[in-house]
Amino acid sequence: MEVRVLSPFGEVEPNCISLAAFHRGRYVASRNTFAMETASSPNISPLDFASSPINKALSSEQKLGYYRQMVRIRRFETAAAKNYSQGNIGGFLHLYIGQESLAVGAASLMGDHDHMITAYRCHAHALAVGMGMDECMAELYGKATGCSKGKGGSMHFFAPDKNFWGGHGIVAGQTPLGLGLGYGLKYQGLAGSALCFLGDGAINQGAFHESLNIAALFGIPVVYVIENNGYSMGTSQKRSSAYKDCLAQRADSYDMDWDIVNGEDFYEVRAKTHIAMERARKESKPTVLEINTYRYYGHSVADANHKKYRSPEEIEKYKKNHDPINLWKQLLLDEGILTEESAKAIDTEAKQEAASATKFAEDSPAPTIESITEDVYWETDNNTEASKIGRHFFND
Amino acid sequence: MREIEYRDALNEAFDEELARDENVVLMGEEVAQYNGAYKVTKGLWDKWGDKRVVDTPISEAGFIGMGIGASMLGVRPVMELMFWSFHSVAFDQLVNNAACCRYMSGGLINVPIVIRGPANGGTNVGATHSHTPEGLFAAFPGLKVCSPATPADAKGLMKTAIRDNDPVYVMENTTLYGIKGDVPDPADGDFTIPLGKADIKREGTDISLITHGASVLRCLEAAEILQNEHGISAEVVDLRSIRPLDQDAIIESVKKTNKACLVDESKPFCGVSAQITTLIQEYAFDYLDAPIKRVCTIDAPAIYSPHVEAEQLPNAGRIVKQVLTIA
Repeated sequence: MEVRVLSPFGEVEPNCISLAAFHRGRYVASRNTFAMETASSPNISPLDFASSPINKALSSEQKLGYYRQMVRIRRFETAAAKNYSQGNIGGFLHLYIGQESLAVGAASLMGDHDHMITAYRCHAHALAVGMGMDECMAELYGKATGCSKGKGGSMHFFAPDKNFWGGHGIVAGQTPLGLGLGYGLKYQGLAGSALCFLGDGAINQGAFHESLNIAALFGIPVVYVIENNGYSMGTSQKRSSAYKDCLAQRADSYDMDWDIVNGEDFYEVRAKTHIAMERARKESKPTVLEINTYRYYGHSVADANHKKYRSPEEIEKYKKNHDPINLWKQLLLDEGILTEESAKAIDTEAKQEAASATKFAEDSPAPTIESITEDVYWETDNNTEASKIGRHFFND
Repeated sequence: MREIEYRDALNEAFDEELARDENVVLMGEEVAQYNGAYKVTKGLWDKWGDKRVVDTPISEAGFIGMGIGASMLGVRPVMELMFWSFHSVAFDQLVNNAACCRYMSGGLINVPIVIRGPANGGTNVGATHSHTPEGLFAAFPGLKVCSPATPADAKGLMKTAIRDNDPVYVMENTTLYGIKGDVPDPADGDFTIPLGKADIKREGTDISLITHGASVLRCLEAAEILQNEHGISAEVVDLRSIRPLDQDAIIESVKKTNKACLVDESKPFCGVSAQITTLIQEYAFDYLDAPIKRVCTIDAPAIYSPHVEAEQLPNAGRIVKQVLTIA
């Protein structure tokens, strides 16, 4: 059966069975509609989110662009994984492979006053908002040409000029910052939204709950996007979170709107994220979205056990049947926008771009020792009068 | 010069900065309608309204993180911790997001926030409410910390902190809020005191008492006793700002007096005084006529008992006693 809810801006958006139904055997429609059991119900038929106004308005070129972005992200990360395994990248490397539709779908909706912030699995968001592969790969290599001059690393990419505010290493530590971006928009009277991504493992941190409370209490235009890949590092959702029907439902406690989204359907990601962003922009109200997705690699590349806490068959199933890039590709093939040849060309181009970024990173200089104490204080970096008074650094 | 209370000096600083810059917003628990737990923000909500003076829930990680995020977009939040002791529930925001975002972004971001509130012992509120974390936070590059002892310093440093483009943590003191002192009249012009500039609160020739916060007042009492009862001329160096630190003022004073007693309400282990000690041995070793001495809060969690808490903290008696071991 089909459920239709009126979106806050008057469009009728369909609500349909999500990936949650596939892998959890249950489905809860969004707040104020209804809750019902199970994917196996013959009454539920998947809806076509292509008919949402926000998707109907897309040109073929835009659709191809999103495909290209997702492919670029996958190829960038595939190259990064290889470079990491060869010992060229330090620390951690958290790959987004399998989840690309989420970052690209959300970024595709951003206007001048929409901002994005996420946790440590941030490469996709960075590329989706328009950061270049060169600066991103160089950052992984710890080079001076990296987006953070080699000072942030894999978990800490930033591009304020593209409304992208990181890249944060502490689980849920970014959730109050996302709230603050929304607060800033509201304070300045701008009709925008703050997209704050977090993993399903982050929902049990206090900072997230504090943020939800304030978001609802103050009417902050923030959209919390739970990227639910089913695993809180190496611990399954059922072993890490207490919940009734789904994780986003916790928003109910804060009198906040929420929804669950099938992340493998690019159109659905866009349609539902758009509703939430419009709620933020036009009503200054927060939303929690839970987008179901899957990561093929471990929590990080160093996660050697990622085939032990889940079966190889499970991973294969997602790769084969639920890969967001393949599904989007198929859709574009069906729509006659893409051909196998042009898809191949896009893939080849992305591979070449990633290879070129690797070369750029390899050839780039390391940061200097002197640069270690730069970018600590704005005042000292800008050599202001204030920075000349008193001692700021203590190296003896 | 007019005399006003420390709390009113702070209040005046907020009022002036709210007027100067529309991006300045005061936030905290009960800072608005309740007028502040210690009445530091009294009357400001009435005057400036909901947008500029904001009551937050008891949710330090939430609202401090929110302020940090908002500052990235140009808002300049001045956030009150009802007690600095509550820093522990917001620690990730205070030391990861506020201190490190600029660095991790390679300088693309700055976080122009002020976090303020009282940080002191001496009010019989037990260990959880008596932390003095100025040394703790000064240990994080990216943060600035100051600790004013007088109403004038409180006003001048607060205004500077609000204008600074880096995160500044201002440690006030509940035992000082009601103390009066000379503060320049606003009619005489904009009054600020730079960060990183110490103030010699009393000139002396025999020993340097190097201190900050409420301990400045204890040192002044001790200096009076030392002069009157022991004929010792003590110089009282009020650091005012912990980071940036006025190293020159410390070294100059020690070179003049050749003896140093560091008086610090934070704990002795890795506290502010430990840092000053290493600077003195590095830069004034040849000028020292005696080992550097310290008077810190006795090394235990803050005791509740009103009978003995004053003895756990630096006080004139303990300072005099310590000075007499070397002077």
